[in-house]
Amino acid sequence: MFKKRVIAVLPVLNNIVVQSYGFKKYLPVGKAEIAAEFLNSWGIDEIVLVDISAGKQGRFISPEMVKKASSRCFTPITAGGGISELWQADQLIHSGADKLCFNRSFFENPGFIRDVASQYGNQCVVVAIDAIAENDTWRVFDYSTGLNRSISLEEALKQAEENGAGEIFLNTVHKDGSFTGFDIPLFKWVSEQVSVPVLACGGAASGSDFITLFNETKVSAGCAGNFFHFAEHAVNLTKQMIYKSGLEIRMETQASYIANQVNLSGRLLKKSEADLDHLLYIKIEKEVI
Amino acid sequence: MKSASVCIIDYGVGNTHSVFNALSYLGYKVKLSQDASVIEKSDVLLLPGVGAFEAAKHNLQQRGLIPVLNEQVLSNKKPILGICLGMQLMASYSEENGFFEGLNWIPGKVIRIAENTSFPVPHVGWNQLEIKKQSPLFSRLNNESHFYFDHSYHFVPENPEHIAAHCNYGTPLVASLMNENIMGVQFHPEKSQINGLKLFRSFVQEALQYV
Repeated sequence: MFKKRVIAVLPVLNNIVVQSYGFKKYLPVGKAEIAAEFLNSWGIDEIVLVDISAGKQGRFISPEMVKKASSRCFTPITAGGGISELWQADQLIHSGADKLCFNRSFFENPGFIRDVASQYGNQCVVVAIDAIAENDTWRVFDYSTGLNRSISLEEALKQAEENGAGEIFLNTVHKDGSFTGFDIPLFKWVSEQVSVPVLACGGAASGSDFITLFNETKVSAGCAGNFFHFAEHAVNLTKQMIYKSGLEIRMETQASYIANQVNLSGRLLKKSEADLDHLLYIKIEKEVI
Repeated sequence: MKSASVCIIDYGVGNTHSVFNALSYLGYKVKLSQDASVIEKSDVLLLPGVGAFEAAKHNLQQRGLIPVLNEQVLSNKKPILGICLGMQLMASYSEENGFFEGLNWIPGKVIRIAENTSFPVPHVGWNQLEIKKQSPLFSRLNNESHFYFDHSYHFVPENPEHIAAHCNYGTPLVASLMNENIMGVQFHPEKSQINGLKLFRSFVQEALQYV
């Protein structure tokens, strides 16, 4: 059975992974390779690593950082941030990136992603679009200027698909860091507009937001950044909640909490004293591959 | 136990770094090479690949790798694992952006996945295996293990006996092939966390005894 994906987004600002709030405020998390290694061991389905300062500073995401992040992480990595030349794409692929994500270079020169697609295949090209709610509709936001682009969201999606995007990563500025859940009407509409997989991002606060997203829209994946960094095993717990609701999700995490109870916000509840006493006498062997 | 030497064929395309990482993590002596003498001395071969068929085939040709690979794989029966595009290159031909001949190690063709509203193309994400045939690749795995797929084209072999595993994406797609010492997987073991590491371990340990 084909599975819905839970993806972690790691925005990088000046070489540090951050939590992002409304595309304006940032809190530091730590090094990309540490975050990637942890997320991998917690059973994340994919990681999106985006350098949000690169484009503005006229650089592209550091291949060295991608190399470090991918060296202890056996899960797909999508790298993005300021990629505007083929040689840059080349370096990143050879540093361990599986897919590349394009925002500004797509809007400024849609033909560029076509070149990348013909070199590496469509499945390698992810177009990132930042949507923002405005007067009952959605516009396309330009993070480098802080203004809305003149192109409509519908047109941007169409152009992305026509130029060979294999997936659309749709972020929502008005939901970023809000912890109020995904913008369901937006993702419902977008996932019916395009024929390629849509990755939904912005506003997730717990497993229940993913459950609503997967039940009410046709998106292929739900993404979150901030809330995965608050608690140990946040990914395992989130996926478990989704799995228990009956949705198709991959449950091959090393640690499992299937028998545990969680509270409404997805936090683990303490086991009963009797269970804890029993656990004292169980030895769990580490799996050797 | 003798430690096997593994050679990843370097032909300028694809995500060789990740495959290298996974095998080094398992403790093997891994070489990334396009050198005929290294390929001849290695116990097992890996043919990775990301990208378009035409460019990949062109690179293999340009680096003069086809004769040495044919000799090692077809005459010496050295175990080889093709990953994603690496498996597709083993076909007779591909229809990706035209018509291009492959290595013809497993007779069959590579065609685009049919569009379907509820199953978008490319096929990206985690899917489960339906194991069809006993293969050394699967000795450490359960049927229905998850692997990461990312492709728009799929392999249709002439002989269904060569299919080692399917995955279901609206219709059954070939997930793994085996023709004696020649093995291929459409998914990315190097990106499939613990299952992928188990698959690599099985391939290297058991491929040696199997042939």
